[in-house]
Amino acid sequence: MDDGRPIFLQIAALIERQIIDGSLPEGEQVPSINEFAAFHRINPATALKGITLLVDAGVLYKRRGIGMFVADGARDRLINDRRARFTTEYVQPLLAEGASLGLDAAALIDLIRKESTS
Amino acid sequence: MTTIVEARGLTKRYRGITAVDHVDFQITRNTITGLLGRNGAGKTTLMHLLTGQEFATSGTITVAGESPVENPRVLQHTCFIKESQRYPDDFKPKHVFAAAPGFFPNWDADFAHELAKEFRLPIDRRIKKLSRGQLSSVGIIVGLAARAPITIFDEPYLGLDAIARQNFYDRLLADYAAHPRTVILSTHLIDEVADLLEHALVIDDGRILIDSPVDALRAHAATIAGPAEAVERVVASLDVIHRERLGGFVSATVAGLTEQVTRDARAAGLEVGPVSLQQLIIRQTGGSPTDHEEVTR
Repeated sequence: MDDGRPIFLQIAALIERQIIDGSLPEGEQVPSINEFAAFHRINPATALKGITLLVDAGVLYKRRGIGMFVADGARDRLINDRRARFTTEYVQPLLAEGASLGLDAAALIDLIRKESTS
Repeated sequence: MTTIVEARGLTKRYRGITAVDHVDFQITRNTITGLLGRNGAGKTTLMHLLTGQEFATSGTITVAGESPVENPRVLQHTCFIKESQRYPDDFKPKHVFAAAPGFFPNWDADFAHELAKEFRLPIDRRIKKLSRGQLSSVGIIVGLAARAPITIFDEPYLGLDAIARQNFYDRLLADYAAHPRTVILSTHLIDEVADLLEHALVIDDGRILIDSPVDALRAHAATIAGPAEAVERVVASLDVIHRERLGGFVSATVAGLTEQVTRDARAAGLEVGPVSLQQLIIRQTGGSPTDHEEVTR
């Protein structure tokens, strides 16, 4: 795994993606810290940091002595977060790149229409 | 988070050569720390000081609060696997494993034999008949099965192929997770171990150049590339550790990156790319000679 961000953020993002795409349903137990560490070949402290991030955000919750589970409502919350960031992460870069190529908003809208119907 | 190793003003000189030059650092108990740097940077000397095999010229190093020199309380908790570990020539690996419990109170014989199978080590062959890689396997097996509270590997994999090295990393991680201990891994294969490390100590020319959690290093370093003028504007307030130019195009490797800088750079149409731990260290330990190098040459 490597997209330049700290590994613990990548671990958190990976779990978030699995919750959004439904492969980790709400109420389901997530793998243990050591399982994450072994699978991704990373230091367990790094895996713990990623998981802790999601526990603090209320996406996962701990059941003492049993493990970590996906919280109720986590999926909707994550989808809302992603939508809120969609503008800055996708739309603005699209507009900037379009502008540098002489494509204005109207031209981009045309392109999007064409792509989504084809 | 308790400190297990602490160096203060630690210095080691050999006949005019300063191998370790007034270093201060701490190692946190039960973490995996990478001791990284170029050949001849002082890594091995530092490990010798840490295991009481050398006397410091000045300064101190303590392990669990005590000096390691001729100190059985420290040494029985320490397992140091050297790059070229020597064994009596007529010994076989099974003799090494049989003797190990005398040195390492936590020795796990079953684990050692399991590892021997996995590394395809012929435990009944004389040490002097073993290949370089098989000899390295002996060291790795001892280092893992000793389960010593302080385990130090100094370039332990000479002659091991990529598969055997991966095997070592996987076993190290799994066993560390199950039996937490302080691991110090000295290596120049930085990219291979980067994700295993919690902390990096980079030594260059006898001095500590980087002493940081690996996460923080990755988070705060990046390569910013684009038209020279725009790049220079964005990186003006940052610590630029390396700069490459191609005509009007500049690629700057920076430390101390903040989210604001990343946003500014992207808004200015610049590329912001990751820097691997290995690249970061090469940038900081390579490059043009510094004043310091001039003096010791």
